[in-house]
Amino acid sequence: MAEVIVVTSGKGGVGKTTSSAALGTGLALKGYRTVVVDFDVGLRNLDLIMGCERRVVYDLVNVVKQEANLNQALIKDKRLEELYILPASQTRDKDALDIDGVARVIEELKAANFDYIICDSPAGIEKGALMALYFADRAIVVTNPEVSSVRDSDRILGILASKSKRAEEKLEPIREHLLVTRYSPSRVERGDMLALSDIEELLAIPLLGVIPESLAVLRASNSGIPVTFDQESDAGQAYLDAVDRFLGHKVPLRFVNTKKRTLLQRLFKAKEGATA
Amino acid sequence: MSWIDLFRNKKRNTAATAKERLQIVISHERTRQSQPDLITAMQAEILSIIAKYLGIPNDKIQEQVKVDVERRGEHSVLELNITLPESAHNKVLPKETAAEEA
Repeated sequence: MAEVIVVTSGKGGVGKTTSSAALGTGLALKGYRTVVVDFDVGLRNLDLIMGCERRVVYDLVNVVKQEANLNQALIKDKRLEELYILPASQTRDKDALDIDGVARVIEELKAANFDYIICDSPAGIEKGALMALYFADRAIVVTNPEVSSVRDSDRILGILASKSKRAEEKLEPIREHLLVTRYSPSRVERGDMLALSDIEELLAIPLLGVIPESLAVLRASNSGIPVTFDQESDAGQAYLDAVDRFLGHKVPLRFVNTKKRTLLQRLFKAKEGATA
Repeated sequence: MSWIDLFRNKKRNTAATAKERLQIVISHERTRQSQPDLITAMQAEILSIIAKYLGIPNDKIQEQVKVDVERRGEHSVLELNITLPESAHNKVLPKETAAEEA
């Protein structure tokens, strides 16, 4: 049975699209048939992050409005057999989505034998974001260790608990997962950044993973290759760990403490650390 | 900041400040979320009670009674400012004097 997962945050720029692409790729790497749906109508970017921007012909709005069928709009990833993306429209706005149309698309994706349907939410708490979360079975709340992001995540948790289909129909609530991104252990150690334990305590939902602040993420989006493919990188490994936890495996946290350095390394790295 | 602080290199831990501020704002927003119309409902009821006992007509109530909710630190303050109409004043006063006399 397919599971619908919303990747959401309230605040913009915290890494929803990066995380949707990376987690979708991770699930497909594990052999699960996965589709990542871009709900950011008017500001589509998932196609760029996943490197298929030149292959977009039809999009989510075309399928919602029945101007194209699902197979015409789905783009198959060139690297992974089980990975698909459904891009957003770039020329319309969020009002082009309606609940019945989105419901039909989700049903069609379920019928097309997908294991996981990942809905990449736009920022905000308006229509686009509500459409992305409405049908969710599970939610991944992406949070940066920073005050406005934590507050907005809490707000989104309130909306998941009140405005989703599961909430309205009084079904079992959406399973929530916390994904902390752009985490910098050295800043936390200096008292300049909220610690993981603080964020967990404030939001009080189970932790799915911690993605360290990493150059690999920018390099990945520069080249349109989800960072999960870069398995040498800290961020790539952290996303794979998160995927394992998502699938129910117990995996210890990595990249949450500063590396112990020798005295010599400390002397040479002191300046670099101060600007990081 | 005194001059001696310059030598102490005692940095303020801003992460701790962030956590404290978030604890307050999040708990406040969570309670408001669960009872979104509490204040407005209470305002309406307070207004109707004042109108009933002081005999203020409904169209005048908005200008004679001001209800405000203000946040002071960690507390919320509900403030009522009532301009007593002449008629109400007259109604209340004689009773009080009567009580004093008795």
